[in-house]
Amino acid sequence: MTTSTSDAAAQFAGRQQSPVQRIQHLLHQFPWISPLLILLISFAVFTGLNPRFLTANSIGLLLQQTAIVAALAVGQTLVILTAGIDLSVGAIMVLSMMVMATLAKDGGMPGIIALIVGVALATGAGLLNGLLVTRINLPPFIVTLGTLSIFTAIALLYSGGSSIQESHLPGLINFLGDGFGIGKLRLTWGVILVVLMYAVVGFVLSQTAWGRYVYAVGDDPESARLSGVPSRRVLLQVYTVAGFIYGLAAWALIGRSGAATPNAIPDANLQSITAVVIGGTSLFGGRGRLIGTLIGAVIVQAFAFGLSLAGVNQQWRVLATGILVIVAVAIDQWIRKVKA
Amino acid sequence: MSIPKLPLAVDHIPDAKRHVYEQEPILSGRGLGIMFGRVVGLDGVDIDLYPGEVLAVIGDNGAGKSTLIKCLTGAYLPTSGEIYMEGRKVDFKRPQDAREAGIETVYQQLAVIPALDISSNLYLAREERRPGPLGSVLRMLDKKGMATRAGEAVTRLGIQTIQNMGQAVETLSGGQRQAVAVARAAAFGSKVVVLDEPTAALGVKESGMVLDMIKQLRDNGLGVILISHNMPHVWEAADRIHIQRLGGCAGVITPQSHDMGEGVAIMTGAKKLVAEAPA
Ligand SMILES: Nc1ncnc2c1ncn2[C@@H]1O[C@H](COP(=O)(O)OP(=O)(O)O)[C@@H](O)[C@H]1O
Ligand SMILES: [Mg+2]
Repeated sequence: MTTSTSDAAAQFAGRQQSPVQRIQHLLHQFPWISPLLILLISFAVFTGLNPRFLTANSIGLLLQQTAIVAALAVGQTLVILTAGIDLSVGAIMVLSMMVMATLAKDGGMPGIIALIVGVALATGAGLLNGLLVTRINLPPFIVTLGTLSIFTAIALLYSGGSSIQESHLPGLINFLGDGFGIGKLRLTWGVILVVLMYAVVGFVLSQTAWGRYVYAVGDDPESARLSGVPSRRVLLQVYTVAGFIYGLAAWALIGRSGAATPNAIPDANLQSITAVVIGGTSLFGGRGRLIGTLIGAVIVQAFAFGLSLAGVNQQWRVLATGILVIVAVAIDQWIRKVKA
Repeated sequence: MSIPKLPLAVDHIPDAKRHVYEQEPILSGRGLGIMFGRVVGLDGVDIDLYPGEVLAVIGDNGAGKSTLIKCLTGAYLPTSGEIYMEGRKVDFKRPQDAREAGIETVYQQLAVIPALDISSNLYLAREERRPGPLGSVLRMLDKKGMATRAGEAVTRLGIQTIQNMGQAVETLSGGQRQAVAVARAAAFGSKVVVLDEPTAALGVKESGMVLDMIKQLRDNGLGVILISHNMPHVWEAADRIHIQRLGGCAGVITPQSHDMGEGVAIMTGAKKLVAEAPA
């Protein structure tokens, strides 16, 4: 550390990196490499087990199955990048979905109004999380644990716990379940929306100043503040944008399930966190790429899909997912120790 | 002139520098006080910084040096006292307020973001966008341009070991990180540059470069506040020396009026500064 410039330069030039160190550096720079490898390997294995896995038909289905969790995981990634966690993702989505569907049921309200109210409600729910985190300085885990229960209860009280079938809903509310085919590949508008979400948020994170602030606030909030980053405002915006994203996911979920059902995805929270973590984003904040999250979400669904095609008990997927989460966090711990 | 200048140790200021002290101070604090719970952080400190001078701040650990400059730069809100810039009262609520007024600070904890690369750190919260609609509509960052200019800023400091502006700061050594923080302040400071122990992690040669840079900024007419524990550095670079002790100011000396031993004695309380008659 206190060597003179020329010594340091000599050290720098002459330093031999072991292959392990080189891998560490590579993963440090591109944290989505390991999930991508896992994705490719699992695709190869599942195709080997059952060639039907890699058909256009299956891929289309896989994407549709992935879409909802992948959408939620966009918001979850934003929150986790700021070193937070959002346990209320599923609850906000369900609340928004039930409000959307109930308002629009049997022509009660035009679809577009119901949609706007539902998404606005989700955005407001995210804003509430953000206000509790930034104004009252409560840990995100506690805040969203609380709002998880609150929003779930409100959703159940409001809807009476019953589902609303798509036949009672206007076309716009069901729209994301419709789709089109490219050859045998069938895509829904829901899948397209999710891809667009990744493109837009990925662009904002990697190409704009706001994206840098998200990383800075997550990595070292005090240094970010001293550097002039409006830390609290960025944090508030992150939770609010996340809420908006959960609102869009609610819309997509109605299309996907053909109904608004309060318990459509009971473990949405954990699935979204799993996708983010397997995708290489650090739970400690400030590190990760959105594309990794998409890969992570696809991996989990590919396991489910591939194992069922292979006729294997689904508990193996649960087991494999658990192992992947632990491996992913271990890799993250390791690459965070990277040194010059 | 809205506030009276503090008395200077002006008898000991070389004639060649006297004109500096005939100007209005660029940054002043009056009666700055702050409490941390029941701990007194600062106890009514007065300070004047002139454009074109290096004002060193020395003092024991815990004397309030960092707290003083944090109050001056918007990082802490002082509980009492006022801050003036070029004679006008200012109200820095956040660090970026001071920054927008032309004050750049290298904080003791450096305030760099480990996960971001060097160029992102230099331009953090003052990002430049691409020209045309890419920048104005899509708000796309001019990453290439910023990296180029970041490279120039670091090179100007003479740190050759840092080559790749896309390198994450956490992969740098302590000294290199310090160099990045100093380069940032030097590149963007337009009126005042404040450095809190900027050479603590640096080797002999890099420290020399930072001192050269400090003199350069002073010669360009900026006011520089330098906190350092390295007395030879202080006596070499400073025009005046503010001695901070137990949250208060124990006096202001110059390298000409007192030698290092006397300075340290005042700093530790072994000796009291005999107050000079105001000029
Ligand atoms: N954020 C803070 N919270 C509580 N106490 C603080 C804080 N900052 C500084 N202090 C206290 O104020 C005093 C002066 O600290 P500091 O300005 O860091 O000293 P120096 O930089 O001269 O070593 C110390 O007693 C320190 O513990
Ligand atoms: Mg200090």
